[in-house]
Amino acid sequence: MNKYYFKTEQLSVGYNGQPLIHDINISLEKGEILTLIGPNGAGKSTVLKSIAKQLSLIAGTVYLDKTDLGGISGTELSKRMAVVFTEKLRAELMTCEDVVATGRYPYTGRFGLLSKDDYSAVDDAMELVHISEIRDKDFNRISDGQRQRVMLARAICQEPEIIILDEPTSFLDVKYKLEFLSVLQELCRKKGLTVIMSLHELELAERVSDRVLCLKGEYAERFGTPEDIFRAGYIKSLFDVESGTYDEENSSMELEKAKGKAEVFVITGGGSGKNIYRRLQRKGTAFITGILFENDLDFPAARALAAEVISAEAFEPVSAELIDRAKHSIDVCDRVICAKSSFGTFDKANEELLSYAVKAGKEIEYAFNKAEPKE
Amino acid sequence: MKDKRKYRYITATAVLAAVVVLLFTLNVFIGSVKISISDTIAALAGNSTDETAVRILWDMRLPRSVSVIILGGALALAGYLLQTFFHNPIAGPFVLGISSGAKMTVALVMIFLLGKSVRVSSAVMIAAAFIGAMTSMGFVLLMSRRINSMSMLVVSGVMIGYICSAVTELVVTFADDADIVNLHNWSQGSFSGMTWDNVRVMAVVVAITFVFIFLLSKPLSAYQLGDTYAKNMGVNVRMLRVLLVILSSVLSACIVAFAGPISFVGIAVPHIVKKLLGTAEPIMMIPACFLGGSAFCLFCDLLARTLLAPTELSISTVTAVFGAPVVLWVMVKHKKERPA
Repeated sequence: MNKYYFKTEQLSVGYNGQPLIHDINISLEKGEILTLIGPNGAGKSTVLKSIAKQLSLIAGTVYLDKTDLGGISGTELSKRMAVVFTEKLRAELMTCEDVVATGRYPYTGRFGLLSKDDYSAVDDAMELVHISEIRDKDFNRISDGQRQRVMLARAICQEPEIIILDEPTSFLDVKYKLEFLSVLQELCRKKGLTVIMSLHELELAERVSDRVLCLKGEYAERFGTPEDIFRAGYIKSLFDVESGTYDEENSSMELEKAKGKAEVFVITGGGSGKNIYRRLQRKGTAFITGILFENDLDFPAARALAAEVISAEAFEPVSAELIDRAKHSIDVCDRVICAKSSFGTFDKANEELLSYAVKAGKEIEYAFNKAEPKE
Repeated sequence: MKDKRKYRYITATAVLAAVVVLLFTLNVFIGSVKISISDTIAALAGNSTDETAVRILWDMRLPRSVSVIILGGALALAGYLLQTFFHNPIAGPFVLGISSGAKMTVALVMIFLLGKSVRVSSAVMIAAAFIGAMTSMGFVLLMSRRINSMSMLVVSGVMIGYICSAVTELVVTFADDADIVNLHNWSQGSFSGMTWDNVRVMAVVVAITFVFIFLLSKPLSAYQLGDTYAKNMGVNVRMLRVLLVILSSVLSACIVAFAGPISFVGIAVPHIVKKLLGTAEPIMMIPACFLGGSAFCLFCDLLARTLLAPTELSISTVTAVFGAPVVLWVMVKHKKERPA
């Protein structure tokens, strides 16, 4: 227990004395990043607000560096914990710099006047999240994404030990999403900042988190390392995904596969097929694809989108039975799409399938460069 | 940038102070009874032989002008506190019905005590007004828990105001005592009839309240950002709210006890001052707001006294003419900035 900087024991959170989520047990070391994931309405914000002392706890204890959070005064806590919540900060006639400077509040005197040191902390924080150029702009007239970065700068210049963020990246474009998380990572490594946040971007959560807490229903369903959490099939069950799929392996998602009888046979491999699968899915055309090795780049998308995948074990020769099965599938399809421009030594099976289709007089569409089928 | 802004605060505050001094002088020198400038100076300096002029200046114009400075400033400050409290740009003691609540209890207490031929002291008046102000405030707070929309909150305040005013009118109409007839003037809002005793009491009350408010300027600046962020900065939000309710009620009560309900100053002045300063920082706003309220009321009282002299206009008539357009402007601007 001693090595943990942040810990909750049998924590229950909720509103007006009514528990929403029970028995949350989190333990984090200093400098770790914890991400909360879970479906909409699972109570991520409620948990964050409770551990930020914005909501009173229903039951259990939160420890910050071995001290019960309940025993830490507001003033003391303000020097140790910063928050970035989804509630908009009201800023009347305030520039971005003014807003960032409010982070210095715990350190200023009776009248809240900023010293030279305070100003340099503000400057540094703005520099770190690259908002120096908008410092004089009215906070109410910047974009949502810029606002999120200003709020981060504000939290940083509060010089906290722990920072709590509720969906901090939701309005950021990809450049700033990556940058935002890099800044957090850097602060964790250099200053030992501990981060607790909720993220909707699962692919980012998987990459940035040291620990992940999954919320669903009345309990925190799982708490562990990303490797533990992002196991095949778990995300689909956590979010009750009903249409479409989430592939934990590659953090990619696919829409619901087309229904009905397969009309098209797709010959692909090595990453050439994903786009074709998706094109067919958009049109609502069901298809069969093969022969794919199970470690092929196209395999996850094929599994998610194809009515049937004819796959072969990787690093093993393709069996004759499998080729026959594929030929049989070509027979039932009206059309064949070939996405391969050439066939390698270990891809003879697909070459054979293409010739078979040509001979069978199927309509053939060559995507990308045309491969010359051998007679 | 920072220096430029500092320069702006200082200039704006200095300008406001200068305007207060100028208007104060005009208020002393101008009145329905014409007294020449030299006579006025002589009377003020204490070497005048004209007893009437001395009485008019020392017993009427001076205490009145000083009280306008104090009460006008207090009014603007009360408005500023309420706007901050409710995060609502069109809040003020008048529109939220707080002034009217205070007016009602003062009228009831006065009629009751005058009926028993008891002299009503300033302290009793303020206490009565404070109870009324707190009662109205209590209603408004109850409403604000159920109503999230800022305009509906103001509407409910106006309704509370109407109810209180109706009760006041009723008791004033049925009481036909000569003293109570004077109540009618007061219940419309007026700075007339201020004595040095009144000035002393209001100065003490307003000064103490002002110091308290000024000491709260740091937590207020955090509170302005919203509850969540104020809490995170270690502000005891609940405590601060209680203090805000009490302080703004004390100010409103003090004003109503002496000058009756005065409309629009509480809403309009903070906005004009904010525009002038270019910031909403409480530490800048609190003194500047006070000066702005003083200046605005001095100006309005001057017009109220002189426009139709010797008849005096009710002060709210004049403040409404200048204050209401500001309120409209604020509402339009607000809609534009924050759609929905």
